[in-house]
Amino acid sequence: MNIIDRRRDPGGKSLANRQRFIRRARALVRRAVREASAKRSIKDVEKGGDIVVPADGVREPVLRRGSQGGKREYVLPGNKKYIQGDGIPRPDDEGGGSGASADGEGEDDFRFALSDEEFLDLFLEDLELPDLAKRQVMGVEEVQPVRAGYRSSGPPSSLSISRTMRNSLSRRTALRRPSPEEVAALEVEIARLDDEGGHEDKIIALREELERKQRRMKLVPFIDPLDVRYRRYDQIPKPVARAVMFCLMDVSGSMDEHMKDLAKRFYSLLYLFLKRRYKRVDVVFIRHTHEAREVDEETFFHSRESGGTVVSTALEEMARVIQDRYPASQWNIYAAQASDGDNLPMDNPNTINLLKTAILPLCQYYAYLEVGHAREDGGGDATSLWKAYEMVAGTEENMAMRKVSHRRDIYPVFRELFAKDGAKAEAEA
Amino acid sequence: MTGNAMLTRDRKTRIVDAPERGTSSLLYTGADWNFETLGRVFDAVREIGEGEIGLDTYRTQIEVITSEQMLDAYSSVGMPLFYKHWSFGKDFVRNQMMYNKGYQGLAYEIVINSDPCICYIMEENSATMQTLVLAHAAMGHNHFFKNNYVFKQWTDASGIADYLSFAKAFIAKCEERHGVEAVERLIDAAHALQSHGIHRYPGKRSMDLATEERREKERRAHGEALFNDLWRTVPQAKGKKPATKKKLDEERRKAILKLPEENILYFLEKTAPRLQGWQREILRIVRLIAQYFYPQRQTKMMNEGCATWTHHRIMTRLHEKGQISDGSYLEFLHSHTSVVMQPEFDDRRYSGINPYALGFAMMQDIERISLTPTDEDRSWFPDIAGNGDAYGTLKDVWANFRDESIISQYLSPHLIRRMGLFHIVDDHDVEEMEVAAIHDERGYREVRRALARQYDVARRDPDIQVVDVDLAGDRRLELRHNVVDGITLEEKDADRVLQHLADLWGYEVRLIEADDHTVYAEHKAEPMRPFA
Repeated sequence: MNIIDRRRDPGGKSLANRQRFIRRARALVRRAVREASAKRSIKDVEKGGDIVVPADGVREPVLRRGSQGGKREYVLPGNKKYIQGDGIPRPDDEGGGSGASADGEGEDDFRFALSDEEFLDLFLEDLELPDLAKRQVMGVEEVQPVRAGYRSSGPPSSLSISRTMRNSLSRRTALRRPSPEEVAALEVEIARLDDEGGHEDKIIALREELERKQRRMKLVPFIDPLDVRYRRYDQIPKPVARAVMFCLMDVSGSMDEHMKDLAKRFYSLLYLFLKRRYKRVDVVFIRHTHEAREVDEETFFHSRESGGTVVSTALEEMARVIQDRYPASQWNIYAAQASDGDNLPMDNPNTINLLKTAILPLCQYYAYLEVGHAREDGGGDATSLWKAYEMVAGTEENMAMRKVSHRRDIYPVFRELFAKDGAKAEAEA
Repeated sequence: MTGNAMLTRDRKTRIVDAPERGTSSLLYTGADWNFETLGRVFDAVREIGEGEIGLDTYRTQIEVITSEQMLDAYSSVGMPLFYKHWSFGKDFVRNQMMYNKGYQGLAYEIVINSDPCICYIMEENSATMQTLVLAHAAMGHNHFFKNNYVFKQWTDASGIADYLSFAKAFIAKCEERHGVEAVERLIDAAHALQSHGIHRYPGKRSMDLATEERREKERRAHGEALFNDLWRTVPQAKGKKPATKKKLDEERRKAILKLPEENILYFLEKTAPRLQGWQREILRIVRLIAQYFYPQRQTKMMNEGCATWTHHRIMTRLHEKGQISDGSYLEFLHSHTSVVMQPEFDDRRYSGINPYALGFAMMQDIERISLTPTDEDRSWFPDIAGNGDAYGTLKDVWANFRDESIISQYLSPHLIRRMGLFHIVDDHDVEEMEVAAIHDERGYREVRRALARQYDVARRDPDIQVVDVDLAGDRRLELRHNVVDGITLEEKDADRVLQHLADLWGYEVRLIEADDHTVYAEHKAEPMRPFA
């Protein structure tokens, strides 16, 4: 008998099969993930969890006998009152309340758990940051050397010995440079004949041979400057791996809890999304009434302030923060603004101007989210800020604006904003 | 079809031992154990198993694993290594979730029919549970694997580990060469037909030349001995025409292809016109693994009965010999009784007959019959009643029967009464279900026959055979489901499987469901993405 302790063995034997399964059911799982996430609070969105996919999609069919019709026999234990010949009313077909599906297949949905990572991956699948390519070109300030073949001149520190020796060897072979061993062997032979004596002719011939070889060795150098190679580097611009996200929000009295909640959900999604694309993501909260201030998260969402509404102040504050701390050459800048659409009418021209000249040129993306309550008539007049922004968004590519009035719209709107081109078409179809 | 997993734990119980009275013969005290304890326990268990009962086992290899590893083992049908496929991942995520949520416990052990016999035991079992598990798996199942005739006939315990490792490597190589997707699709199709990739009868051996010649001689001698010229003059019967050419062709065709053939995967492997070598090999792998598990399906109840009876006897003997404490014995009994619990048919927990319960009850009953028979037993089982050799009788039964045959042979009226077994018939054409037999004098044989039929694997699986294919013509593959009792195939599933079959075969496939009088249904499938 052997006893083997397998407990220390590397685990995760089933990991590969598990991944295969998820890949197999990817379309189904993705749909399930989206559905599941709609029901969750935003804090839990990045948590993994139970996913239910229809059993039909991951079915393994076999040839088996049907559950309907025919003559069936059963032997059961625990008879109490029946005697031979008794009739028993047939229990309701497919009853039992086991949740048999309507088509009589009786197989329940397939339920399993996803890890946080897997969940988020599927959740944010085929979303993409807009204008990433542009920034990569723009961000030339930081470059990274990348190996790119060899060259024949360069600093000694980048000398490639292996390549140099390879060239040297082929040149020496081609020019038939005698090897030191050959010369040594010849010298030994001469010395031996010398000692023996009496081979004068032979010794002379050998000496000539030796001299010729030594001359050739001098003529054909071991390493020629022609052989030398240096490693070549290209300077590739490095994408900026950090991003800052500006959250701008109107906190004047007209913004109620519901609206703030919508805004918060949108910010959270954006934060999650950025966090997966960049190594480091900073968040700056700027709230404004008739004046704007940078605040911490707690204050941003929870404290109340009264006053009028002047949007341009927030933009000014944002421009100031960018200048102070987040130079556009080193940071990817994203901004999301949430508002109920109120603005002091006389401030609108100023706002547009600021946006066009100071903010949008620095930003990767500027999203404006107008939060409100669902109206029964479905429409409602466009607010003054909306009208003003529409003019900008029409011409600027990196600005988008959407209206949201219900929690369930947040995710679709978010997807719409960041969907890849292909996925966009699919979503519209 | 796993390696035999013992019934899952439903509740965690640990009975605290009473303070021991300085006894030194105890194998362990308390719930903790280490490898030394395991060794000691195994020796004690083997002393009883082999020494007293006379079990004959493979060498044992005990492997201690964690619960995560147990989950892993679950999803590869209990085998230590297996090829990769998404369906195992599906099982894994389901089991993992059921386990994490607490809907389902894990087995205490898994035992594999191999030589050496591998027993996986969980690290979190208490010392008593480890003793129980070793008695159950390393003695009971192990003996059964080594001695039962179905296992002997169909499986090669010493070769399975090597074969699985070959299969795994081969399939991985195919994935590298032909792409994961292509291989996965092929395995999907093969899995769909896996239940019909089994040889149920040992194949005919082709004879060597010497035997053939001898037989030919005997035949000729027989013919000469019976020769009578008169037969030539007997006129032919009027109505009987000589077989037509077409009919002959068909017969010849079937003979060449050895049709009808019930092992569909085997038939495809040998005959499918468009498959490539590696595809045939993968079909073969799936088929051989199904064949390896076939005995387990045929002997589930007996196998568990044998193991359960063995652990019960060994644990009792250990207690009698003072090697385990009263507390441990009570802990064992608690676990044992929950394993062999049989809810009655009207109980909410009822979900079929518990193989552990029936198996254990039958083994106990056979022991009783051979030691202290009643008059009834003497008239029903004259060959074993009162023979006084319970161990010998049981070992004989374990070696020479399977579920279906042991029930039809040894299910006693005593046990039928005790379990209150009754037989009902549910005919779809009749208004009510009928109680056909109960546990009374008139019903014993009927109940026994019906229960045996219920355990007949060949009856449970639909009987589907490849009946014809015209390789020279349109190559359509004809299958026939021989319908029993008017029960047809699950339609949606059948169509899906047939689609896989058509893709494998490469041409049209037709499945007819019929019995001698009626044609119930016809399924057809054209290849959509044929393998080639």
